[in-house]
Amino acid sequence: MAERFTLTVNGQAHTVDIDDPAMPLLYALRDELGLSNPRFGCGLGQCGACTVHLDGRAVRSCTIPVSAAARGRITTLAGLGTPENPHPLQTAWIDEQVSQCAYCINGWIMTAAALLEEKPKPSDDEIKSALSDLICRCGTHGAAFRAVKRAAQG
Amino acid sequence: MEASSELNRRVFLLASGALAIAVVAPFETAGAATNGVASKPPLLPDQLDSFLAVEPDGTVTVFYGRIDGGQGLEISIAQMVAEELDVPVARVRMVMSDTARTVNMGGASGALGISRSGMHLRSCAAEARRLLVEMAASTLGVPANALSVTDGVIRAREDAAKTISYADLIGGRYFAAHLTWNGSYGNDLVVSGRARTKQPSEFKIIGTSPRRKDLPLKVFGRLDMVNDVRLPDMMHARMIRPKVAGAVPVSVDERSIAEIPGARVVHIRNLLAVVAPKEWNAVRAAERLKVTWSESHPNFPGHDQLHAHIRNAPVVRRHIQTENGSVEEGLRNAVRVIEGEYEFPTQSHASLGPACAVADVKNGEATVWTSTQKPHYARDGIANLLGLPPEKVRAIWMFGTGSYGRNDQGDATADAAVLSQHLGRPVRVQYMRHEGLAWDPKGTASVNRSRAGIDASGKVIAYENISKAFSRLNTATNEGRAAHVLAGHLLEVPLEPDHSFEVPVASYTFDHKRLGWETIAPLMERASPLRTTHLRDPYGPPILFGSESFIDEMAAGTSADPVEFRLRYLSHPRDREAVRVAAETYGWDTRPSPRNAQRNAEVAVGRGIAFRRHFETFIALIAEIRVNRSTGVIEPLRYVCAHDVGLIVNPETLRHVIDRQLVYGTSRTLFEEVRFDENMVTSVDWATYPVLHMASVPQSIEIELISRPEAAPSGAGEMALGLVPAAIGNAVFDATGVRLRRVPFTPERVKAALA
Repeated sequence: MAERFTLTVNGQAHTVDIDDPAMPLLYALRDELGLSNPRFGCGLGQCGACTVHLDGRAVRSCTIPVSAAARGRITTLAGLGTPENPHPLQTAWIDEQVSQCAYCINGWIMTAAALLEEKPKPSDDEIKSALSDLICRCGTHGAAFRAVKRAAQG
Repeated sequence: MEASSELNRRVFLLASGALAIAVVAPFETAGAATNGVASKPPLLPDQLDSFLAVEPDGTVTVFYGRIDGGQGLEISIAQMVAEELDVPVARVRMVMSDTARTVNMGGASGALGISRSGMHLRSCAAEARRLLVEMAASTLGVPANALSVTDGVIRAREDAAKTISYADLIGGRYFAAHLTWNGSYGNDLVVSGRARTKQPSEFKIIGTSPRRKDLPLKVFGRLDMVNDVRLPDMMHARMIRPKVAGAVPVSVDERSIAEIPGARVVHIRNLLAVVAPKEWNAVRAAERLKVTWSESHPNFPGHDQLHAHIRNAPVVRRHIQTENGSVEEGLRNAVRVIEGEYEFPTQSHASLGPACAVADVKNGEATVWTSTQKPHYARDGIANLLGLPPEKVRAIWMFGTGSYGRNDQGDATADAAVLSQHLGRPVRVQYMRHEGLAWDPKGTASVNRSRAGIDASGKVIAYENISKAFSRLNTATNEGRAAHVLAGHLLEVPLEPDHSFEVPVASYTFDHKRLGWETIAPLMERASPLRTTHLRDPYGPPILFGSESFIDEMAAGTSADPVEFRLRYLSHPRDREAVRVAAETYGWDTRPSPRNAQRNAEVAVGRGIAFRRHFETFIALIAEIRVNRSTGVIEPLRYVCAHDVGLIVNPETLRHVIDRQLVYGTSRTLFEEVRFDENMVTSVDWATYPVLHMASVPQSIEIELISRPEAAPSGAGEMALGLVPAAIGNAVFDATGVRLRRVPFTPERVKAALA
């Protein structure tokens, strides 16, 4: 039987009826709420394409059950900033022209945003370590590192 | 939402939460323009209107029958058009591959976007400008040669009152003007107008670096990709693949998914899928479905024995592409013969997102939303597969995961079309991770063998380079035929494999030279998880790993410096300049490899160079690496890349393209190998198909662009990456005196080689 959950995404509460409470959050965001982000990359928590913030922490929405996310505050890339009021990382991403296909972009920006929230002035090694288990197939890693550094230097 | 709205067709969220496709008729607000004609001529390549339109608001729409997923062709080609039309680049919008609106210019293929299609569109833009100036001359009553154009406004130089804009002349109407067309489509399509294009001295926009338009949409999470197309009544599908290659479904227990809401089975010949209205329910159904599969014994050699298999397999086709003099005679006259053999693994496209596509087939018509690189061919292939006339099929390209070759997007598009035709409602197919690695068509493994004969003076007088590999065209480079998609294999269409490989474009001038290739039969003919096709820079990495490592072997064998040795045998000025600029930028000290001083050091540093010419692109790459003998880990420290692509349209974007692909090339060099056992591919996720992470990114990448505005632009999208394996291999030799002969250079393999 369908179970009802309330998801708070980018400050807005949504009620969804879910057939399977073990369903990963990713499917609720995409299929129930119709969001274009985050994205399905592996479904295994290995790549980061589905990353969102749950109560400020970067989490991989493809492995978190919707039932575990229902009481939290969820932020997606689209909720991080807007063209009118961009997050410093979004500005830096454009300045460094980082992404190519950008299928991976949720992972990189949301993970880096959580890092900067916790540590506004990270060292180079801290940046690399925070981004160490993200995958990009276009090879934008170096550019992403430079963008995070630029955003941190404000 | 700017870039998406440029598509004139938007997928947007309705208040209900359902998504629908809005079709905006072009030119619905036609203004006062009276030149040209009101209705659009047929969508044929000999019509200017097939490539370019001036809208009522003065914007210029370019119809580009290729695609740009994010490398920057979109902005670069907009620049080329803006330059010739004398309009601001911000006013140029691109429509990319929609078979109802663009002609087939080849899709993304061979890094030909700028060198071919960009140049053709430049000519179209120049022709449009010529026609517009003629119209203005007659409207204003001023001779054409007394008019000038700035920002899309034509002015009489002698009379400031006499001006008229492009929009006022023709906005919303059509030129109905003919172009010269060579009658070909795809990569071979050539069109031109009568107008001359600008000289480099006249450029204002070409050579500048405006930023990409797609990036803000991506950065703010506002870009709809193919994954985000949602249609009313749409079913989500998951394909069911066998655990043993070659097995086909014998029976399916539909009761095994009876409890999942809305889930049902689609089983057509050997094609098996589950569908459900909710995506997660399709995923669950795919996991739960009970299938009895036929017996299959593929007897694959396994990835560890693959190169032994390639060596021993009978040759199906042998082709000598270059033969100068007589290699046998040269070898007879040599005082010394050097031989080298190099192995390259099977590699996957391994796109970050497994493929996704949406199809809507009904009433004898089909529309597919696809992220394949070659949507026009996908249209043809789907028509072929569904038994529809091609004009009844529309393929609309959308952004998606980066593909870099004939990846699995074409297969997913065909699957969606077959399922939608069967169900009579829209279907979205999303492959799962294991499919994106285990079932995509692969880049072939190969063995590259070289021989060289050296005379008493140390001169190389004979050189032979022969690759032996699976065919790069076992699956064609596009999906234009049902035989070349997985669905076609499963629906038992007759197969159409071809045999081909390649040779290095060796500009080295050796007296006796032979370059060739041999192909062998595929390990499995139908529905193989190891189908081979084009993977980005389709034969560069495997062949250049062999040929450019062997050039280094010859240098070392004659106690020559690797840069000096290359220059000794390169005569073309652009070849020589690329090598010279790379060496100078790096600060190369002339000496033979290896650096003897650190031969037994625990941690050794070395530098290596590799060079190629591909079309009219000339590239030299120097890699400096650190290698640890006890761990076997190679750390890329510094890359220097000298890059001559002729005319540079957008220098900053070009730098980004080179930078990103050198990182990608490092992944293919150090990490990537498709593993498989006797039954099936065992690389099914990012743990079993390791790729590069942040820790292995080169600490610095310096790109030296060699600018040649007078030379035609060549391609840049994939040429540099093919040099990475040899440059790193040569650097390891410089550091340690040990030559690596097998990609990827994993720690275990490096440790074993250095032991």
